[in-house]
Amino acid sequence: MAGTRRWPAPMIALALFLVAPLLAPGWIVFVLTLALAKFMAVLAVALFLRGGLISFGHALFYAIGAYAVGFAVKWLGVADAVLLAPLGAVLAAGVAALVGLIMARYRGVFFAMLNLGVSMILYAGLLKFYWVTGGTDGIGVRSPTYLGLAPPREVLRTAFYYFTLVLAGMAVYIVYRFLASPVGYFMKALGDNEVRIEYQGESVRRVMYLTYVLSGGVAGLAGVLAAFAVGHIVPEYAYWAQSGEFVFVALLGGYGTVPGPLIGSLAFEFLRTYASKYMPEAWQATLGVIMLVIIMFLPGGLWTFYAAVAGRARRKSEGLARG
Amino acid sequence: MDDAAPVLSTADLTRHFGMVKAVDGITVEIARGALVGIVGANGSGKTTFLNLITGYLTPDRGRIEFMGRETTGLPPRAVTKLGIARSFQVPQLYTGLSVPPRVAEGLQILERFGLGSYADRPVGQLAEGGRKLLDIALSFALRPRLLLMDEPTSGVSIDDKGPVMDTLVGVLRQSDVTTIFVEHDMDVVQRYARRVLVFDNGRVIAQGETGRVLADAEVRKAILGHA
Repeated sequence: MAGTRRWPAPMIALALFLVAPLLAPGWIVFVLTLALAKFMAVLAVALFLRGGLISFGHALFYAIGAYAVGFAVKWLGVADAVLLAPLGAVLAAGVAALVGLIMARYRGVFFAMLNLGVSMILYAGLLKFYWVTGGTDGIGVRSPTYLGLAPPREVLRTAFYYFTLVLAGMAVYIVYRFLASPVGYFMKALGDNEVRIEYQGESVRRVMYLTYVLSGGVAGLAGVLAAFAVGHIVPEYAYWAQSGEFVFVALLGGYGTVPGPLIGSLAFEFLRTYASKYMPEAWQATLGVIMLVIIMFLPGGLWTFYAAVAGRARRKSEGLARG
Repeated sequence: MDDAAPVLSTADLTRHFGMVKAVDGITVEIARGALVGIVGANGSGKTTFLNLITGYLTPDRGRIEFMGRETTGLPPRAVTKLGIARSFQVPQLYTGLSVPPRVAEGLQILERFGLGSYADRPVGQLAEGGRKLLDIALSFALRPRLLLMDEPTSGVSIDDKGPVMDTLVGVLRQSDVTTIFVEHDMDVVQRYARRVLVFDNGRVIAQGETGRVLADAEVRKAILGHA
């Protein structure tokens, strides 16, 4: 019974995500789409945070996914989301497979700053090679098609929202499976005891590397979806502030679970939307204050607030059932 | 492999730290199925010897063979994959996590070590004796041919030492695992080890049947400081 009692929350969340476009105005659907897309990048960063490692460079993979879309549209005239989503993810994972050969050797501040350094190299390249990348003007991305089918104009946004929701679901499934695997376990254990990992017959470097490749692929997928959602790609996709945003959101939502980054991502996008509307000059300060409050009172992120409330409700209902 | 061949052998195994000869030309053979205790005063080279066997340290000189294969200088994970596992003087656990998958999968291993109820709990909730057992269970779950235990009862209360060792030795006797354990408590060594190696200043000064070796006055003086 305990297993079935745990199901309602995810099912309710899924139901809400499914009906949202039918009930909510267009701008909310846009914010939800962007939140779902960025959630995947946050999830990718959270994989390392669970192991005590922080990356300030995952915008690298996010930008690779986004620019894969941009180049496909600009040079090949292809804007098929079903084709470009896996392509962007694979390209980002491929780059992660190369960069990861170096990153898997480093820990702590070196890991954080090397990631930042590599992402800033890409950022500089995107700025300088303007005849290819469009420089600061960026690249416009038209609405996607799906296996060659173009949805009617009035459902474009809704169609892409559902497409993003499906891919986010797939990413969650893959990350869940990874975390349940021995490699996923050892990644979590990495911040705890590297010596024991080696004496369990596992290579710490291999654990880091495999996590890095998966993480890069998931962040790349996020970039593909964000590019289509926003419709415009600029070098800031690879900028360190974007990487910092992913870390910020992971801390906001809580990185110890898979739903934490989702809650963080949703909260962040809506906060940013409202804060920039009502406090356009001070929205970053607003986010800073919220982050301070979270760190002081909910160090495990917003997820811990939900977990505490849900736990209390469960205990209450179990008490009623017994009593 | 020949049944009579030693599971582990070292030849002239040497490791110095600057002027300190931590392990100084040790040549030993450990027979299959043996339960061997290593005793010696602090700083006599016991843990360094285990660290050399398990690849945590590389020797300055000498050779290590495990089941007829040279393992000198191999890293810990390679040594582990060949069938050597170890536990630590200070348990090396994942304190914030529940029991690792390879152990949790073989729940019977935890139950054999009396830790069945801890499979889903964070390791930090275990008492010292339980942590020691879990550290050993983590190694045992790898189904090693040779298990090295560094002071399995250190930090365990006097009352718990007997139960901890009874549990351990009970499990080990049911398996074909050759075991070497470092131990300071002479009562524990006398009661459980069939054979003993006595370390002093990085060298093995005596070895053989436990009762006979530990009865030797010179050996007792080297270990305890008095006969």
